[in-house]
Amino acid sequence: MAKFIAPLIFFALLLGVFLKGLDPERDLKKLPSPFLGKEAPGFDLPRLKNPDERVTSQDYAGDVALVNFWATWCVGCRQEHAFLMELSRETEVPIYGIDWRDQREPALKWLQQLGDPYVASGFDVDSVTGINWGVYGAPETFLIGKEGRVLYKHLGPLNRSIWESEFVPLIAAEEGKQE
Amino acid sequence: MIPEIGHFALILALSLSLCQGVLPLLGAHRNDAAMIAVARPAATGQFVFIAVAFVCLTLSFLQSDFSVLYVANHSQLSLPTPYKISAVWGAHEGSLLLWVLLLAGWTVLVCRYSSELPERFSARVIGVLGFLSFGFLLFTLLTSNPFERLFPAPADGADLNPLLQDPGLAIHPPMLYIGYVGFSVAFAFAIAAMISGDLDQKWARWTRPWTTWAWLFLTIGIALGSWWAYYELGWGGWWFWDPVENASFMPWLIGTALIHSLAVTEKRGLFKSWTLLLAIAAFSLSLLGTFLVRSGILISVHAFAVDPERGLFILAFLTVVIGGALVLYAWRAPGLDSEAGFRAMSRETFLLCNNVLLVIATALILGGTLAPLFVELLDGSKISVGPPYFEIAFAIPMLPLVYLMAIGMHTAWRSQAPDSLFAKLRMPAVIAIVAGVLIPVVFYGGGGAMLFAGVIAGVWVMIVSAIDPIRSWRRSAGTAGITRGGLGMSVAHFGVGMFVIGVSVVSAYTVEADRSLSIGDRAEIAGYEFELRGLRNAQGPNYQALEGEIDIFSDGDFVGQLRPQKRTYLVQQSPMTEAGIDAGWNRDLFVALGDPLGNDTWSVRLQYKPLIRFIWLGAFIMALGGLIAASDRRYKLTARARERVNIAEGKPA
Repeated sequence: MAKFIAPLIFFALLLGVFLKGLDPERDLKKLPSPFLGKEAPGFDLPRLKNPDERVTSQDYAGDVALVNFWATWCVGCRQEHAFLMELSRETEVPIYGIDWRDQREPALKWLQQLGDPYVASGFDVDSVTGINWGVYGAPETFLIGKEGRVLYKHLGPLNRSIWESEFVPLIAAEEGKQE
Repeated sequence: MIPEIGHFALILALSLSLCQGVLPLLGAHRNDAAMIAVARPAATGQFVFIAVAFVCLTLSFLQSDFSVLYVANHSQLSLPTPYKISAVWGAHEGSLLLWVLLLAGWTVLVCRYSSELPERFSARVIGVLGFLSFGFLLFTLLTSNPFERLFPAPADGADLNPLLQDPGLAIHPPMLYIGYVGFSVAFAFAIAAMISGDLDQKWARWTRPWTTWAWLFLTIGIALGSWWAYYELGWGGWWFWDPVENASFMPWLIGTALIHSLAVTEKRGLFKSWTLLLAIAAFSLSLLGTFLVRSGILISVHAFAVDPERGLFILAFLTVVIGGALVLYAWRAPGLDSEAGFRAMSRETFLLCNNVLLVIATALILGGTLAPLFVELLDGSKISVGPPYFEIAFAIPMLPLVYLMAIGMHTAWRSQAPDSLFAKLRMPAVIAIVAGVLIPVVFYGGGGAMLFAGVIAGVWVMIVSAIDPIRSWRRSAGTAGITRGGLGMSVAHFGVGMFVIGVSVVSAYTVEADRSLSIGDRAEIAGYEFELRGLRNAQGPNYQALEGEIDIFSDGDFVGQLRPQKRTYLVQQSPMTEAGIDAGWNRDLFVALGDPLGNDTWSVRLQYKPLIRFIWLGAFIMALGGLIAASDRRYKLTARARERVNIAEGKPA
């Protein structure tokens, strides 16, 4: 007799697991940045265009800023580049680039050919900054708040719909905070 | 207007499915002929209205009516017309509509070909199918209405996911769904038999052809999916053990077990309760697959839009359908023990082994698929179970299965004398061992335990499968030849052999290399030289592409030219790799463009895949075997018998 009820019991157990698995609190897709809501790690890098000068996280202290990790070997970066150009023209938010694990010469050529959306680009050839920031792969874009906290991180090419749905509300809230 | 007609037709279909689900079952219970008579017209009407809804959605796509949310999200003006049609089932809502359409289609076929069954029995079968359809239609209308309007309508749509813009993927879901949904027929037969309590061998006989049809479509569907993944995803693998692939593979394994166990139940009246359970399990696993894909409970590349509300609805539906079936089973199955026995050396024993091994394989795959969920719920950590687990977990039960299969098919029912069996199989065994060792050593210059085991198994099954068809072909006139069922079995098993050889050789001798090439450079793998001749821009209807031109040489002779592409689809801005493949019966050469490395140098992925075509060819031959077996005349009623039934029912002949 028991062997004929066994399938039913097995199924009931499975149902229990599935029910717990559907818990709306559970979010599978998110790979949260460990810095989300915390203070962003700083950086201090030689500039891409002028290696004798430096670009550091102090440059945007007190402002809302974007930090974009990019490289010439990365297809997604080429894809989002046109949008970054538009963004640099239409918003006040400064975009800081970090040329990650790249070579200087092709990177300069890239900016010359495709345009330079960045206030400044740091040259992170040995990925020290990339590791500090927990970068998985280029492109990755961090939104930094006025107090230097990471407000949002986007993995992969940025586009207008992501910008409008994720970044714009956060920026508006941040700008409105102290006024 | 058209979307509203579709929406309305869907609501009508829902009402009809409710009639079809309730009245015939009640009528069969009370033996009320009027209520029973509702079954067929309701099923036909339901099919017509779902078809109307389906046509309406297709028209909305063809007219690029972006005021329909689903169309706006999954189409675009410059999308080529064939893909506008396949976009209908390209995402959750529309694929659900395809699902209910196919369910209604199967039901109409059951109505058409069940006239020889007792009226009360077929009424129950149609009633159960109507109930299933009601559940899916309700789900569609409440949580996933494909006709939802969008206001204001956008000027252009968001385009179909570029991965789905491919002929292989346009036909893969319909084939897969015909298979999935087809198992609902076996399920409905099992439920009807359990409700009536009349569980002798007849229901197994009636169920067999339906199960075989469903199984063969599922086989084709899975093979097409694997083939698509191979050339479209751009990294040359053919099976990834992704949760959603597993979700399609588990019903296939159980369906295979069911086909074999139905044979035992029909021929010998054994395994009755077990066969019932398999019939329930095959469809339950199809439903489970739907749940896993559409609830977002597991991460997968295939996963549809995540929506917990949908997940809860399907879960409730699963509870009613599977739970109800298993309660019925717990009530009816205990009385089914059979008196008939069989010897240890008999076909029954081998089919029992077949069933046990297939169920073990399914259980191991189910365990691996759900393990991340279990672990996460137990202690919150995330794990992933990858191909290494699945490959071993699958090979352990399957390899013995393949060896035993060859013996089982030449073993007699009830009792087999070992001597004559040994005499028949001695030579094939010797040939298989010799060939299984020589093929790898001579053609590929090496070997290994798993490789030999695999190639020997494959050759062994192929040779043994050919014995009966060849004997039948060369028989003297007047003697009985092989039956359709027997021929179908031989062909399907021959396909299994090809598949096993393909898998063994591909996994042992694939050569993969990532090289950086500038124009004019050559790279060599597995004796083939690849030269990058040039790169240029190409323009598709809705994408731009960078196209490489790669010439292949072997010993200085020109073999062919490949044009792999790196595409960017304009609307979704997503990059796609379109591999270049030089296909041959004995090897594929596979080239995919990687990323630019600067200075006109590109990373290029080169692959040499020996015998990979055997994998899909084997699967298609398995499906062909199913087709031959399902067309066995035994399952068709002779004209005379039909006449007899009609006279008995008082209808004109």
